[in-house]
Amino acid sequence: MSHKGIGASIPRKEDERFLKGRGEYVGDLFRPGLLEVAFVRSPHAHARILGITRPIKGIVYTAADLAAVPPIRAQINLPGYRATEQPILADRKVLFVGQSVAMCLAKSRALAEDLSEEVGVDYEELPPVLDVADALRPDAPRLHEDRPDNLLSVLNAEAPIDAIAAAAPVHVTRHYTNARQAMAPLEGRAILAEWNDRADQLVVHVGHQNPHVFRAALAIALNLEERRIRIIAPDIGGGFGYKAPAYPEEIAVCWAAMKLHRPVRWIEDRFEHLTAGASAREISGTVHAHADAEGRILALDVDFAVNIGAYSFWPHTGAFEAVQAIGIIPGPYRIRHYRARSKTVLTNKPPQTPYRAVARPAACFMMELTIDAVARAVGKEPHEVRALNLVSAAEMPYASITGKLYDSGDYPASLRSALSAIDLPAWRLKQAAPRADGRAIGVGIAMYTEHTGISTNTFGTMGIALMPGYEQANARLTPDGDIEVAMGVQNHGQGMETTMAQVASEVLGIDPGRVRLLHGDTGLTPYSTGTYASRAMVMNGGAVAAACERLAERMRPLAAHLMQCAAHEVGFSGGRATGPGGATVGFGEIGRLWYKTPNELPPGVDPAGLDVTAGYRPEDDRGAFSYSTHVAVVAVDRDFGSVEILDYVVADDCGTRVNPMIVDGQVLGGTAQGIGTALYEECLFDASGQPKSVTLADYILPGPTEIPAIRLLPTETPSPKTRFGIKGVGEGGAIAPAPALLNAINDALRADGVELGAAPATPDRILAAIEIARGARAGAAP
Amino acid sequence: MKPAPFTYHRAASLEQAVALLAQGGGDTAVLSGGQSLGPMMNLRAARPSQLVDIGRLEALRGISVAEGHVRIGALSTHAAIEDGAVSGPLGRVLARVAAGIAYRAVRNAGTIGGSLAHADPAADWPAALLALDARIHLRGPGGDRAVAIDAFLAGAFETAKAADEVIVAVDVPALGPTARFGYVKFCRKPGEFAEALGAVLYDPGSAQARVVVGATGSRARRLPAAEAGLAAGLSPAAADIAALLAPVLGNPSALVLKRQTAAVHRALQEVLTDA
Ligand SMILES: Cc1cc2nc3c(=O)[nH]c(=O)nc-3n(C[C@H](O)[C@H](O)[C@H](O)COP(=O)(O)OP(=O)(O)OC[C@H]3O[C@@H](n4cnc5c(N)ncnc54)[C@H](O)[C@@H]3O)c2cc1C
Repeated sequence: MSHKGIGASIPRKEDERFLKGRGEYVGDLFRPGLLEVAFVRSPHAHARILGITRPIKGIVYTAADLAAVPPIRAQINLPGYRATEQPILADRKVLFVGQSVAMCLAKSRALAEDLSEEVGVDYEELPPVLDVADALRPDAPRLHEDRPDNLLSVLNAEAPIDAIAAAAPVHVTRHYTNARQAMAPLEGRAILAEWNDRADQLVVHVGHQNPHVFRAALAIALNLEERRIRIIAPDIGGGFGYKAPAYPEEIAVCWAAMKLHRPVRWIEDRFEHLTAGASAREISGTVHAHADAEGRILALDVDFAVNIGAYSFWPHTGAFEAVQAIGIIPGPYRIRHYRARSKTVLTNKPPQTPYRAVARPAACFMMELTIDAVARAVGKEPHEVRALNLVSAAEMPYASITGKLYDSGDYPASLRSALSAIDLPAWRLKQAAPRADGRAIGVGIAMYTEHTGISTNTFGTMGIALMPGYEQANARLTPDGDIEVAMGVQNHGQGMETTMAQVASEVLGIDPGRVRLLHGDTGLTPYSTGTYASRAMVMNGGAVAAACERLAERMRPLAAHLMQCAAHEVGFSGGRATGPGGATVGFGEIGRLWYKTPNELPPGVDPAGLDVTAGYRPEDDRGAFSYSTHVAVVAVDRDFGSVEILDYVVADDCGTRVNPMIVDGQVLGGTAQGIGTALYEECLFDASGQPKSVTLADYILPGPTEIPAIRLLPTETPSPKTRFGIKGVGEGGAIAPAPALLNAINDALRADGVELGAAPATPDRILAAIEIARGARAGAAP
Repeated sequence: MKPAPFTYHRAASLEQAVALLAQGGGDTAVLSGGQSLGPMMNLRAARPSQLVDIGRLEALRGISVAEGHVRIGALSTHAAIEDGAVSGPLGRVLARVAAGIAYRAVRNAGTIGGSLAHADPAADWPAALLALDARIHLRGPGGDRAVAIDAFLAGAFETAKAADEVIVAVDVPALGPTARFGYVKFCRKPGEFAEALGAVLYDPGSAQARVVVGATGSRARRLPAAEAGLAAGLSPAAADIAALLAPVLGNPSALVLKRQTAAVHRALQEVLTDA
């Protein structure tokens, strides 16, 4: 067997069923008597519900029916945070367009939608607050009338930086905004709930990234013991964080299945997703950078606001975005004086929840555009200013000003590698020469360091409802000599059915094809907080290795017995146990001995058998920091305002790569989503809070024609903290494209006097910026 | 996103289709490729109580060459035209327009007749076929009639077609050997509708010149003054085009005017430089 363990780019095992269209999603399930759900949703951004009229016939539930189900309430130990109460179905008020007010059940979704049209809801419209500035005005209408204002939380990292700032020779101030986005997975949210009398359990098939966490949410909502709930997350068409929280609709569906003692299903459609699910990335802020004349940043002062929408989500809360942003804004730079202030603000928009990389794209956006602004101010190339400020390899491990420990890496080498691949001097020459098509050329850089494998240490200080601890995996030898591994994380695009098998292969020397992964089922797997925060490969990879090692210890005496050698002489390779003098014995023989012919077992074997659960958490679990440099080259059409990406390079380091091909896929996919953030995706609302981007004709996602041939330059700096040196990589790609592309656009339009600070850089924004700059120049002319 | 209840008829003949439409009143819709009607019904923005599926009618299929023009059956798909169903120089022009519509999956089902009947202000065929001087053949309870495209296009989602008429075919004049076609469409990405669209036909041999702006928010429009200049082989400056466009577009924003000007200007450049 060639090496298929850690480091081998073997094809993904799960792709066999996906490529043949044989994946199993919630929408593929059939049940006799199944009822489908359509929700009656609020047409208003802010209104009081005066009354609800039900149709004469048909199954319709409202808040009155769900009186026993408590509202969703998420707590976090941050001063200045107050939880919100989100009803499962809106009772007194609706706080965003698309909020569920009633649920209608019928034999088909079409019939349920027909029924939903017969539900009459009487509303008294209230003035909506949609943006942060409006929401913070003293006389602003309050969303939650039991609160003094529309603040969800205030989080500040105070530091005495004023004197240093004042003494600095260079000052740069910029304002930035990132638009609200929808996460737009291929498959929307989906749930099928049914009561199983034999198991005395509510059995729930749901597109959820964190089955055990969702079980805990249901236990609270339905007042049911966790043993009486089984969550099965089958194949999922993309999560990106969207399928990590507990939402009201899923709870309502489970409630109805219990109430009716019938299977009930709801599948979110694209319209629902783009209205009620428009829920990510809306952050704006102001950055003051104070630098020396060379461009060294002496002090950084940041003030930002998160437009969190109407409610704080469970379990991580709406305050989580600000926590993440504040911690990582200084990025890979040696910034020793830093102050950050943040407000997380409630508005009449859907609740904002973490999307791939959470608030880090906005944090990176603010930092990286500021670096370019400093470079302009001191008259240097942006890469020179970066090189001046980057933490060097010699400084590792590096304690950041925000208390994070950057474990390892060579940030300057990453920058050099990306730059040399892009050939900056050649582009600078092309940029200076006029082009036949009149387009302007620009080059932009963005870098980040990313806290991956976030663990107890980090979450523990926050005091959220469910924090991650030791991660467990279960490994067992089957009677015919293969391996089954059960894990609590859920695989929904990360390739874990392959990479976790590669970890088992690394330890046991067995072909990954003979390792079966069980996941996404609270009935079959150890507990886990699930798949999020770029943690699964780090944490669960370590757990699978630990379980396989313990299993190997149990297999060793049996193999020794079969080969008539000492246990310590037994090794594992090529899918067999090996002994002295070239002796080998197949795993099937070991399985036969233990399970089928135990009469032949030697005395003194461990009666616990060939089925072990073991756990893992890095001894120092402050995280493993992946890092990356993105460089983009763009051509901007000054008449249409359109942007073409001419070249795009990613120099990425996520430590040891378990499967380099899968890592490439993660980086490419994340980068594609980041290009959406940079240039296309924006949930627009009108002044009354009506969403305007409600189909994929108006919510523009990048497609194959918008994604360039991204060139990857991977390096591997193993983490000294984690098993195998693995760092997380699931989220990273999405962090840097917006700042890299905005920096490139600003580089291209420098002669026009344009400096955009708002993403996405749509054609309208670019043209408007060109016009404004032209107007300013004309106004300034004598 | 499921349609409201409706009854479905598969028309066995053109006569039956027209009769069903006449009986059904305004509440009955023709179904061709379903690429516009389908999404609108799923959003319940369109709620016809009856559908008349004309998709299997032979009378609406096929492409034939006649004296001076090509007749394109209404059911011809964008994909068939993209793949060269129409031959010669005109076929190449039509293939280029078709290839720029939506994605292949949509083009496989969407039809030229459906696109014209739907008359989306940002669609490709209405603007391109206005530049190419097409005629639309209609069948109604009263029989057949043909309408020049300039008279057919009425406004946003409005045409001269009566509710009980079916588009049967489109006649497009053949192109002379010296004819050139310029087409510039600006959209956010392929598959999105145009935000600016310029279509220009210029034949120096016959001094034929047609200059069209599409994506106007209403129907596609010709620009007669630009046509007169072009017929004389003149290339108007961008500022002159903007002046012509402003009234046609009815108080456009500066951004819209800039883009539309660029689209028409570039389409003109294309026919004038492409010797
Ligand atoms: C994702 C997507 C992207 C698109 N992008 C573009 C684009 O870039 N450019 C573009 O031009 N179009 C675009 N379209 C629209 C597409 O071209 C449609 O195919 C076309 O508009 C309608 O043709 P159809 O055959 O599908 O008509 P249908 O959807 O079946 O019908 C549309 C309307 O026309 C009526 N109708 C249809 N055929 C006839 C007939 N023969 N006689 C009388 N009435 C009739 C119907 O009653 C209905 O009102 C896009 C569509 C989609 C879904």
